[in-house]
Amino acid sequence: MSIRIQEKDFDVSAEIAALRKGDPRVGAVVTFLGTVRDMNDGSQVKGMTLEHYPGMTEKALQEILDQAKTRWDIYQTLVIHRVGPLLPEDQIVLVVVTSAHRGEAFAACEYIMDYLKTAAPFWKKEDTPEGARWVDARVTDDAAMARWTKK
Amino acid sequence: MKLELRFFASLREALGVSQEAITIPDSVKTIADLRTHLIERGNPWAEVLAQSKVLRCALNQVMVDASTPLLENAEVAFFPPVTGG
Repeated sequence: MSIRIQEKDFDVSAEIAALRKGDPRVGAVVTFLGTVRDMNDGSQVKGMTLEHYPGMTEKALQEILDQAKTRWDIYQTLVIHRVGPLLPEDQIVLVVVTSAHRGEAFAACEYIMDYLKTAAPFWKKEDTPEGARWVDARVTDDAAMARWTKK
Repeated sequence: MKLELRFFASLREALGVSQEAITIPDSVKTIADLRTHLIERGNPWAEVLAQSKVLRCALNQVMVDASTPLLENAEVAFFPPVTGG
């Protein structure tokens, strides 16, 4: 299990290669990559700045990965989340999950992202033509997380 | 009781404070009590922490609800709902 919060960009291929290296049990690698859109809530987004809560961020992500490991038969997990200034098309977040079969890895990856969206202390501030604005949390993110507890 | 307060994102900006050490009276026992206590300072606290605002709170870096009891020397953070990912 690996968690990294960083300003610098990351290489998806290199991260996947490193995560599954030396583990021949792996038959499935599922990856989620989040990137910066140039449009949000009807406004052009020229860039954004990501703030987080150092210390709590790592704890919250660790808890999410621990939960995923408990629920599904998965081997390795990786979360990289960038902070600081970002531009449209930039990579923001990477989640990688390895397992023997795809079903477990798909489910775990989606679960990790849904929880990250509602429980990990990151905040986006967008730079738009109308000025800088803090992004509002989405109700759909809470709904996405809630479906994991209904089962 | 002594506490270390932390504020993030829009709250930090609106309050102009990111961190503050405070001593609270014995009557302030929970997260909800603390919020009310800070609101009683007047503006900008009253406006930024108003009960009508949806806020999240963490006690020692773990997200908790308003009824959670405070702990001596705890780090208590207030922030808006998260928007990462």
